[in-house]
Amino acid sequence: MTQADIITILPLIIVVAWAVVLLLIDLWIPKRRKGITAVLAAAGLAVTLGFVLRQSGSVLTAANGMVVVDGFSSTMSMIFLVSGLAAIALAYDYLQRMSIERGEYYILLMFSIAGMMLMASAYDLIVVFLALELLSIPLYILAGFARPRPDSEEASLKYFLLGAFASGFVLYGTALVYGATAHTDFLRISQSLVDGQANPYLLLAGAGLILVGFGFKVAAVPFHHWAPDVYQGAPSPVTGFMSVAVKAAGFAALLRVFITAFGGLAVDLTPILYTLAALTMLGGNVLAVAQTNIKRLLAYSSIANAGYLLMAFVPYGNGAVLSDSVASALFFLVGYGLTSIGAWAVVVALEQVEGKGLELKDFAGLARKYPWLALAMLICMLSFTGVPLTLGFWGKFYLFRTAVLGGYTSLALIGLVTSVISAYYYLRVVVMMYMRAGEPQAADDVWVRFTAVVAALAVLGFGFIPGPLLEMAAHAILRLQ
Amino acid sequence: MNFLFHPLMLVTLFPLVGFAVIACLKSEQKNAIRWTALLTSLVTFGLSIGVLLQFNAALSPQGGNPQNGMQMLLQQDWISFGGLKVRLEMGVDGLSLLMVLLTTFLMPIAILSTWTAVQERVKGFMLFFLLLEVGMTGVFLSLDLVLFYIFWEFTLLPMYFLIGGWGGERRIYAAVKFFLFTMAGSVLMLVAILFIGMTANSFSWVELVKSRAAFAGSGIWLFIAFAVAFAIKVPMFPLHTWLPDAHVEAPTAGSVILAGVLLKMGAYGFLRFNLPLFPEATVQAAPVMAVLAVIGILYGAAVSYMQKDLKKLVAYSSVSHLGFVVLGIFAFNVQGISGAILQMVNHGLSTGALFLIVGFLYERRHTRQLEAFGGLWKVMPVMGTLALIVTLSSMGLPGLNGFVGEFTILLGSFNSSVYGSPWYAGVAALGVILAAVYLLFMMEKVFLGPLTHAENRILPDLNAREILILVPLLVLIFWIGLYPKFFFDLMGPTVDQLAALAKTAGAVMP
Repeated sequence: MTQADIITILPLIIVVAWAVVLLLIDLWIPKRRKGITAVLAAAGLAVTLGFVLRQSGSVLTAANGMVVVDGFSSTMSMIFLVSGLAAIALAYDYLQRMSIERGEYYILLMFSIAGMMLMASAYDLIVVFLALELLSIPLYILAGFARPRPDSEEASLKYFLLGAFASGFVLYGTALVYGATAHTDFLRISQSLVDGQANPYLLLAGAGLILVGFGFKVAAVPFHHWAPDVYQGAPSPVTGFMSVAVKAAGFAALLRVFITAFGGLAVDLTPILYTLAALTMLGGNVLAVAQTNIKRLLAYSSIANAGYLLMAFVPYGNGAVLSDSVASALFFLVGYGLTSIGAWAVVVALEQVEGKGLELKDFAGLARKYPWLALAMLICMLSFTGVPLTLGFWGKFYLFRTAVLGGYTSLALIGLVTSVISAYYYLRVVVMMYMRAGEPQAADDVWVRFTAVVAALAVLGFGFIPGPLLEMAAHAILRLQ
Repeated sequence: MNFLFHPLMLVTLFPLVGFAVIACLKSEQKNAIRWTALLTSLVTFGLSIGVLLQFNAALSPQGGNPQNGMQMLLQQDWISFGGLKVRLEMGVDGLSLLMVLLTTFLMPIAILSTWTAVQERVKGFMLFFLLLEVGMTGVFLSLDLVLFYIFWEFTLLPMYFLIGGWGGERRIYAAVKFFLFTMAGSVLMLVAILFIGMTANSFSWVELVKSRAAFAGSGIWLFIAFAVAFAIKVPMFPLHTWLPDAHVEAPTAGSVILAGVLLKMGAYGFLRFNLPLFPEATVQAAPVMAVLAVIGILYGAAVSYMQKDLKKLVAYSSVSHLGFVVLGIFAFNVQGISGAILQMVNHGLSTGALFLIVGFLYERRHTRQLEAFGGLWKVMPVMGTLALIVTLSSMGLPGLNGFVGEFTILLGSFNSSVYGSPWYAGVAALGVILAAVYLLFMMEKVFLGPLTHAENRILPDLNAREILILVPLLVLIFWIGLYPKFFFDLMGPTVDQLAALAKTAGAVMP
């Protein structure tokens, strides 16, 4: 480890070190005042965000090229850190309300974020696996954080079993890739394919297994079955965090691995990705129509959104659209992330003890009683649908444009048709809030309302002026050499 | 930020001023909210008159107008997707000017009609109503394809809330159906827009009209994608099924705007985008569109006659009337197109007025069933008289506006070289007779005959406010009927240009 290495991975070190120290500090913080841990954790993430912002724009490598910091990883890290901050804001009061407050929540969250940041910077399959475990294991615990509640325990166990299964796929795929090329380094893998030294069939099998593993992680159809149960059972702030950050981390890994390491396999992989994207868009959206629980509905919606994101990958082998491919995926991810945070904040606000208040009918009359929460939810639902003048619209617009540019007009058409299907179930939430009478109960939680309103305003504001975000996405280029 | 004060931007965005003011008012201040909304819409109308005064109708495209007949062009960079620019591009020609005037003219009337009809959640109602005006004006003025699409989709939302929040019994079903139908249609249009953007590397209408060769190869597919979106909105047979539901459930003011303006957006789209961007494909498709239009005319009229609900009757009559508009558009000669544009305005006036009258009846009687009425002339002669004039205008009685529009359309489609047969016009003319049948049937059921229901004996006649609402409409009905030259002059250069374009496209056809 040289000094340069340490500077390169400084943000990562800060998160991990802060989390470890906080684990010790937390022992001395009295049980009733765990809010201090929350504030300290948030401060840690904020400081890290500052360092990430300072680093953004430069391209650095560390640990003999196993870790890289480039525009892409910086942008991804920002997404992780912001959603981490949101997860803290959402949990601050929620954990107390549900009487499950423990300081470990915030610390586990930080470890998971560290894993995600490493994931976005990984330039070697071994590091990818390491990062995958580091981000997943804290989340298995977080999913079961409402421990005496059976559905939370079920969620934890289910997530753990399927997560372990997915890790197995990734690991086996890594082994096969190593067997085919004698390398785990992304660049050398792609180089050996070009040189003709690699066994293409073995490599393809390895790449396929890695795709399956990450397919589980991002909940792409047909690897999505765990998602609704886990999303429903896990505490809502955790679910919100998972739907944004875990998805983003999975896509970060997929994008980098496939573009840098498996670029030469595009001819074989593109049809598979095409099918995966189409199935995920169709499956997620069609299944969401039948949901009556808001958490399950949003779970299926997040599956559907994974499908839209996968669409950005399909033309990845086409050099001409590569930069658009990455930029549109990132741009969509930012929009999806902000929208999700807003929607989950409203869900957190409405959740009552024992998992009550989460049926769609519990949203009836929200616009009358809590106009701001309803407005925030409305904006988020419209953004998910892709109605113009929300960030979600521009996200889809750019994604579909990339698909058309890459020659996959049919995929864009599937995306748009499924968007119409999605309008049906997102509108059901709107109908409940605005057109049916009821007596909803929302928690008097300042931070949650603040998060909901800020996220919704961002979705709307960037809907009018998406320029800065587009600029950021366009500059988040992958280091290819 | 200078572009915000461009006259066209100003007309489009001014309702937002009222929106902001109303948002700051308390929900209990119902009258203040109503007056703010009315005043805002009146100022917006004034602003659109300002555009009319600035507009030079004599400036023909051949006479050295480089922007393809567009005046007061606004071009402002907005967003760039990897070099492909989405711009705030707006412009006005005879066609869009008339549509904007129709919109801003109907808005104050519709708002005034809610004075007593909407008592609950007045604030929300007016907020959505003003947003709707922004969307509609934007649709008629924007030239950038993406900007157009944004406004097009945007109009959905306020209407969805107006139907769903203030509508009748099955309002939620109708609102969702309205939203999904229209969105399903526009989705294809978005794919087509993306495809055009890719091949021609621009979304600007002004540029695309010149560089349309880039995507001419896929013209027929692009035509279909745009046409489906517009046909749903018009609505053309067989995509009309959302319309009766939406109309019946919508509050009166919503119906007035829905029939008066939103339906016109579809017909407008054909003329603004399909013909100028894909002229060959459009001319090729004309006979098919004409057949659908004729079916719509007859079907709408026949179904109208069978209705027992007054509002449904008027709703189905829209299907029939809009069939005439489409028939006129796709005749692609000067008479056909100018008749269609005029008929778009006429339909907005007559059907708007009919919906208002239905609304007045409903407010008094809380039912719209034909059998609940009869002999009303005896108790409310003023309403009877006004309703008769409006009905006759909708029927196409010479001297009133409907006649001028329908006659010009039939003349155009009779002579149309694109249709190549006078039979389209011949069969469509039956629609005029059928219109007389169902409209007179309605008049008879409601206003004539003996007073059979005791409840009807005590119904009050129209009050001053209600007469004031109808009078501007009647003035225009007579104006267009007696002296349509002003309107034909206004759209003249645009129509000439469109007809010439269709003629060239028809000539190169195999």
